[in-house]
Amino acid sequence: MDKNKMKKNRGLTKNGPLLLIALPGIIYIFINNYIPMFGVFLAFKDYSYIKGIFGSDWNGLNNFKYLFRQDALLIVRNTLLYNLAFIVLGTICAIIVAILMCELGNKFRVKIFQSSLLLPNLLSWVVIGFIAFAFLNSDTGFINNTVIKSLGGKEVAWYTSPQYWPFILTFVYLWKNVGYSSIIYMASISGIDKSIFEAARIDGASKLKQIKYITIPMLKPTVVILTLMAIGRIFYSDFGLFYQVPMNSGALYKTTQTIDTYVYHGLMELQDVGMSAAAALYQSVVGFILVVTANAVVRKVDNDNALF
Amino acid sequence: MFKLTDEKRFKVFATVVLTILTAITLLPIVLIVIASFTQEKALIANGYSFLPEAWSFDAYYYLINQGKLILRAYGITILVTGVGTIASVLFTTMLAYPMSRKGFKYRNALSFFVFFTMLFNGGIVSSYMMWSNIFGIKNTIWALILPNYLVTAFNVFLVRNYYSNNIHEAIIESAQIDGASEITIFYKIIVPLSIPVVATISLFTALIYWNDWLNGLYYITKSEYFGIQNLLIKIMNNVQFLKSGSSNFLGLGNMNLPGSSVRMAMAVIGILPIVIIYPFIQKYFIKGVIVGAVKE
Repeated sequence: MDKNKMKKNRGLTKNGPLLLIALPGIIYIFINNYIPMFGVFLAFKDYSYIKGIFGSDWNGLNNFKYLFRQDALLIVRNTLLYNLAFIVLGTICAIIVAILMCELGNKFRVKIFQSSLLLPNLLSWVVIGFIAFAFLNSDTGFINNTVIKSLGGKEVAWYTSPQYWPFILTFVYLWKNVGYSSIIYMASISGIDKSIFEAARIDGASKLKQIKYITIPMLKPTVVILTLMAIGRIFYSDFGLFYQVPMNSGALYKTTQTIDTYVYHGLMELQDVGMSAAAALYQSVVGFILVVTANAVVRKVDNDNALF
Repeated sequence: MFKLTDEKRFKVFATVVLTILTAITLLPIVLIVIASFTQEKALIANGYSFLPEAWSFDAYYYLINQGKLILRAYGITILVTGVGTIASVLFTTMLAYPMSRKGFKYRNALSFFVFFTMLFNGGIVSSYMMWSNIFGIKNTIWALILPNYLVTAFNVFLVRNYYSNNIHEAIIESAQIDGASEITIFYKIIVPLSIPVVATISLFTALIYWNDWLNGLYYITKSEYFGIQNLLIKIMNNVQFLKSGSSNFLGLGNMNLPGSSVRMAMAVIGILPIVIIYPFIQKYFIKGVIVGAVKE
């Protein structure tokens, strides 16, 4: 019966017209995503603007050698450590916010809090850079002029003091993203069977105990999946955060430069195409390995949530 | 009795903590709004402050005087957001629909073709070289629309899953039996049924285009193609840019240039449209986040 239906269907479904409908999208993805994949050979060239893409001389692995001798360690370290901090703190904060939201029990209040916490996620990194500037700049910044003055401390030149930036960037990241990621955890919490909490309550479990022994264990699968996915992307950083918020200040590169800002800097400011292409290819290849590995692990943990 | 107070106590605790977090979230935005209304003199003396000594509309008067530059940037952003979103929705649904059809021969091949872009990419360098050297989009309006955002794997799979779950093969089969062509089926049956998912991806795509500055940063060097975000970057780098950008500003001297408050007024203008439409889109936005996170 089923087979018959399939056959009938296949007879009526015209592959040609369907392919035609898909064509604009196919062409776009081919251009935007696939042609650049073939362009990775630039990483093995000594690119010269005069000789062009195909005319430039090959130089083997020299770009990579130079990259690993110079900056690779720093940018990879920064990218990994920031992402690690974001994954750990981001998850903890998002879960706390989600649990608190679900305990409010007042729809109107949930709506107000949720809208407010989500708002930064709708702002561009440029605007967030402006906001950070309003707080941090040394002449008119809020922190130097109001906070430090009232505490009687010494003014800090934030945009030239790299030691503070790991904290600043982590804070800004959390400020922008916790509202967003807490939505996903809220959805998982509201999916938990209410009768479990009811039973615990009747047995005399306090709110804290209910959270510790019901909510958090029930969230574990979501946490595991989202964390693994984030680990798959740990070699990529949010370019906007690391470019706009520190205002691309060269004095801060030691603690603010990640692979993505390094590639931008090399390509657009130093015009060193070969080396930035090498860094970008390094990122793509390691990124690819990590995504595939993370997915394999996800599939082991929970087959339904694997990407492929 | 004890249980009740425990629960109540927790509710109060949750309210207090969330109120503090909300304050931390909103106050930075409030600060730039207040800063934009602060008199320049007070601002230079005391810095950006929540309680300025003197208020003034100078920054906004100044921006109105510079109207042409800002209006143009707004126009570019609106144009790019409009065209980009419409084209994106069109291309995305058209690509996702055949992928959802069970009888379609190339269904799996197409899915893999789209999916692979989530695993591997050529990186920004070759992408930049291609768009600027082969397609020559530098300093054209296309540079703001074409690279990166038009059709994304994420959106394609979102729409494909929507079609797979919500459109019965039976509807399509009966149309086929009635002799409707595939293209007629798409426009007459599928498009009207797509409204909820189209609303979601339109919202996400429009936000991406409105907030995008990356394409402008890479591909635009001429200020006449600056959208609002790239104008903001330019202004942050150089308040003088506003002066040079307009010739009708020759009457005022440097003393009156409200540099610090103007920056913040510009940022406020940049977020104003989002804040205005936010209450209306918030519901769909949250729905979209949940749908996007839950796979298949």
